[in-house]
Amino acid sequence: MAENKGILVVGEVAEGKLLPITAELLGAGRRLADELKEQLNCILIGDKVGDVAKNAVAAGADKVYVTEDAQLKDYQTDTYMLVMDKAVNDIVPRIIIMGQTSIGRDLAPRLAFKLGVSTIMDCLELAIDPATKFMNCTRPVYGGNARATFTSEALPQIATVRQKAMSPIAADAARKGDVVAFQVAMDASRIRAKVLEVIKEEVAGVKLEDAQVVIAGGRGLAGPEPFQKDLADLAKALKGAVGASRPPCDNKWVPDSIQIGLTGKIIAPELYIAIGISGSSQHMSGCSGSKCIVAINKDPEANIFKEARFGVVGDWKAIFPAFAQKIKELLQ
Amino acid sequence: MNMIVCCKQVLDPEAAPSTFKLDAANNRMVQPPEVKPVVNPYDEQAVEAALRIKDTDKAAHKVSVISLGNNLIRDVVKKPLSMGADELILLEDPAFEGGDSFAVATALAAAIKKVGQFDLIFCGRQESEWDDGQVGSGIAEILGIPSVTVAKKVEVVGGKVKVERVVADGFQILEASMPALITVSNELGEARYATLKGIMAASKKQPIVWKPADIGLDKVGAAARKSKIVKLFQPVKESKCEMVSADSPAEAGAMLAQKLRENKVI
Repeated sequence: MAENKGILVVGEVAEGKLLPITAELLGAGRRLADELKEQLNCILIGDKVGDVAKNAVAAGADKVYVTEDAQLKDYQTDTYMLVMDKAVNDIVPRIIIMGQTSIGRDLAPRLAFKLGVSTIMDCLELAIDPATKFMNCTRPVYGGNARATFTSEALPQIATVRQKAMSPIAADAARKGDVVAFQVAMDASRIRAKVLEVIKEEVAGVKLEDAQVVIAGGRGLAGPEPFQKDLADLAKALKGAVGASRPPCDNKWVPDSIQIGLTGKIIAPELYIAIGISGSSQHMSGCSGSKCIVAINKDPEANIFKEARFGVVGDWKAIFPAFAQKIKELLQ
Repeated sequence: MNMIVCCKQVLDPEAAPSTFKLDAANNRMVQPPEVKPVVNPYDEQAVEAALRIKDTDKAAHKVSVISLGNNLIRDVVKKPLSMGADELILLEDPAFEGGDSFAVATALAAAIKKVGQFDLIFCGRQESEWDDGQVGSGIAEILGIPSVTVAKKVEVVGGKVKVERVVADGFQILEASMPALITVSNELGEARYATLKGIMAASKKQPIVWKPADIGLDKVGAAARKSKIVKLFQPVKESKCEMVSADSPAEAGAMLAQKLRENKVI
């Protein structure tokens, strides 16, 4: 059997664009590959993804495998497993890295169990142990109350990486790399589930993941109206987006798609304004990468103040209108 | 239809972060005795998903719950019974301690094989201690059945399972052949409370307890790990929050905006 060599990044493409997480993975993968003096490969899977292969090269890949099939348009475990099974067999990577996304969090464990190896999920740091060449993976555990570094000794080592945890390298259109078609037969006998429909829950305005300013509300807002009025109004003035912690989503005050946290969106805006959010570990996992966190909360002991740069203690209803008004004045 | 739900007893994730203390010798976190363990919240929602199907025909559907661990607190692990599940199987032995997702999924899959009859298996999308989220997919792979993860709605339609799967910008509707494994997310909605009648009924039910040998495994827990913990640590957080206060809440709000401008944040 061939020796396991090189890094394989599982790339993601949406609406004809390489996703930011893929550029982040290629940045991290580039550093690992250089340390190992091995190759950085990327596989792109979908119905039409070949056009962005050159962007993966610009982002650091030495070789890009393109697997296209109409049945790969929407992610489904069985079809993607057919591709990854063949990829591991043919490419024989030392390390496979994926994003901690809807795709990676489903695909990585399924693949690891198939191969009888370990996968470390939701990593913040990846490093090669120079003595053993094994990868050490550090990730948050206990809802962010602790961190753990894991390793494993069976190859390939598999890891998923949290969004916005790694830096991409500067895209260089002049970088050279190979792009090859990687054909995989869609064996119908191994496809036991199918996607019937994809429902998009688009939120108007700036996308939460792309916003440089996010104004988020929590349980303390006590209903849907403040999200639709007060927070939306300030978000508009700051060209930002509105988010929420889990309780407002669970209470159906706001759509689930704006939940920020371990099980929602992971964001890292320049400014994060948290209104009536206590700052549970699970919520902070989704926003602790923000450059500046500002909190308004009635509880001076709230965990959010441990992570915030500026804070005001008190009833948000009395504080927020003047805060929003003053911001609007300053922006004029 | 036979449904199996895997539930884990965990430290209370809703407890204040300060209650979590590092037990470095055993590579785990602990909480003081006054903080009681709970059923992992996502697993409670997995029970809820199974019970919603059972509600459609109570006599036709059976829900079995499997929990794995050591020194499991009966009042905690019996909660799914008091919500309406039919039976509880405990994989309980000191040897089950210290496992990773690989060890846990291997043991649960072996127990499910021993149960034998199953159409749907439910797990929470992830447990709140290691937040790994791979046991469900692992069980499905070992059993050779399809899996759909992060579900917010699960129905059985025409002999197949129809699942709404949460993705970043909405959801997918999938259909899978059965038997299948489904992992459940919080978007499913709140799990039902235990009724007094349910608690009474649960108190009379004795869990079935299986040891590693009962499920045909020699290696379980720490001995069956695929991953190694190099270290477990608590990152030091420096509190550097500048608190803005003024004579009135409105003044404090305006001052906060002013601070953001002075610091070039806006």
